[in-house]
Amino acid sequence: MNAPAYNFAYLDEQTKRMIRRAILKAIAIPGYQVPFASREMPMPYGWGTGGVQVTAAILGPQDVLKVIDQGSDDTTNAISIRKFFGKTAGVATTTATSDATVIQTRHRIPEAPLHAGQVLVYQVPIPEPLRFLEPRETETRRMHALGEYGLMHVKLYEDIARFGHIATSYAYPVKVNARYVMDPSPTPKFDNPKMDNCPALQLFGAGREKRIYAIPPHTHVVSLDFEDHPFTRYRFDAPCALCGAGDSYLDEIVTDDKGGRMFVCSDTDYCESRQLIGHRGSESAAPHEERTHG
Amino acid sequence: MYVAVKGGERAIENAHRLLAHERRGDRDVPELSLAQIAEQLSLGVDRVMTEGSLYDRELAALAIKQARGDLIEAIFLVRAFRATLPRFGATEPVNTGEMQVRRRISSTFKDIPGGQILGPTFDYTHRLLDPQLADGFVPEQPATSEAAQAATPRVTDILGRDGLIESSPAADADTPVGDLTREPLSFPADRDLRLQNLARADEGFLLALGYSSQRGYGRNHPFAGEIRFGEVEVEFFAEDVSFAVPLGSIALTECQMVNQFKGSATEAPCFTRGYGLAFGQSERKTMSMALVDRSLRARELGEEVIAPAQDEEFVMSHSDNVQATGFVEHLKLPHYVDFQSELGLLRKLRKEFAEANEAPDMQEAAE
Repeated sequence: MNAPAYNFAYLDEQTKRMIRRAILKAIAIPGYQVPFASREMPMPYGWGTGGVQVTAAILGPQDVLKVIDQGSDDTTNAISIRKFFGKTAGVATTTATSDATVIQTRHRIPEAPLHAGQVLVYQVPIPEPLRFLEPRETETRRMHALGEYGLMHVKLYEDIARFGHIATSYAYPVKVNARYVMDPSPTPKFDNPKMDNCPALQLFGAGREKRIYAIPPHTHVVSLDFEDHPFTRYRFDAPCALCGAGDSYLDEIVTDDKGGRMFVCSDTDYCESRQLIGHRGSESAAPHEERTHG
Repeated sequence: MYVAVKGGERAIENAHRLLAHERRGDRDVPELSLAQIAEQLSLGVDRVMTEGSLYDRELAALAIKQARGDLIEAIFLVRAFRATLPRFGATEPVNTGEMQVRRRISSTFKDIPGGQILGPTFDYTHRLLDPQLADGFVPEQPATSEAAQAATPRVTDILGRDGLIESSPAADADTPVGDLTREPLSFPADRDLRLQNLARADEGFLLALGYSSQRGYGRNHPFAGEIRFGEVEVEFFAEDVSFAVPLGSIALTECQMVNQFKGSATEAPCFTRGYGLAFGQSERKTMSMALVDRSLRARELGEEVIAPAQDEEFVMSHSDNVQATGFVEHLKLPHYVDFQSELGLLRKLRKEFAEANEAPDMQEAAE
């Protein structure tokens, strides 16, 4: 039988070179989706194969890797991907945001500010921000080429006409470097402002859709909005029940079947670091009003 | 006091241990061997090799065993392994006209040179459950005769000699066929890439699309010109020795559909082709593939694209079951933070709705 033997970080060097070329092109054209010959990975499409390929292509033996899903290091898929690189690359792993050189994420940007030299690798399910407005790739590529984003503004306007608000709460479209409209991957829009002028390199990998895109450090990233309906962040208005943080994105935990619930940081590293230095929350559920944060 | 969910790592390990246990089933029942799977579930093995794009019966059997008989999971295992294999190059095109035929039928001519050969087929069996097979059944030895010496030319070649069917494009060394596993796919895609996509495509998806074209969604009047199944030689042109070296033989099924004709003021009308090819004995797959291949040629043949089976972006973007199953099943992954965001928005909209409807009198008064 053909027993398999795998290279450092799983992918063969030719494949890594091909992915690195795509990454370099993506960095050169911020927000532009670069097609790449995505490989079948040993985890399913839609479970982070794009992010895993990007991480595998940029990872070196000295790197320190952090993997989060929903902001947490402890979710099963984050554990699975961290173990994959622990096994195939033998790199050091961490849960501390500031210690990591490469952070692979699904759906969140860490609360702790990123610094220069770090790379944030996003797992992207649908890279095309216009996909739900126009299903055809041939059409959407043309629209990007011409910078023809009227359709997106009409969609946002129709939201306002129907609901009184832009009814997009995650995967909220942004414009990168005043040129390409980009899907920030399905992060809650709370995280959008963190992408702007970020000192870290942000790479986006979509394995099934075979696209890589990037936001180089200190690039201008603007969430789409209107003068009279400016972009707003959403955060449930409560301190974290575990660490008392008033500025972090919160998970809602249903504690019983009688309406009991509590709110805790979705970023587990942020929450634990705060608890370590003595911050405390109520540790119990209490009803709170919601408010939109500007 | 609430403690955040922890221990995912142990949960994963234990889940995988339990999976291994469930896979084995009742330990008093003898374990399946790979040879048993390869020999007795051979059509499943053929499908895994075809859609997994890797001709290796033993690995396909292992994948089926590991996947507990879930063929899409088995295809995924084979694909993930295949992606890591080095490429030495491409073989010479196989010549299916020289196939050692085990089965070969045509629905367009009553008799053909080399004859109609039914071979091992479910066709004309009555689908009655057979209790004899439940245990210890020893089938009769198959009937044999002298091997026929007559050549078995492809039916489409016979039609082609009279110009009644369009000719197949010839291989061109200067323009090698594309490979969508090595180069990202872009649209519009040429027929080489479309056929590669269809060869790897989910059998069920192609079956449904082919069926839809028969029922009028982009009808193209097919006849099964020929279906043949057997062994073909595979040769590799080695640069070092400057000639083609035989690598061995593989089992293939080929289906050539003969479809409605086209013609114009300058071209005499002739039949058109739809093509299907798969590893092993995969008739349903190759027939469906040939129907969809022909449907996808609508643009090239100047037909109006009106049905899903004719729409290459639709077909090619959704035909791969490894991609499809991954993305559908990724909905099992946590989506807490996005859901939380949606909850927040929905609560706000509901609150505003309630406020607007609470005081109708005041609203009227204001108007």
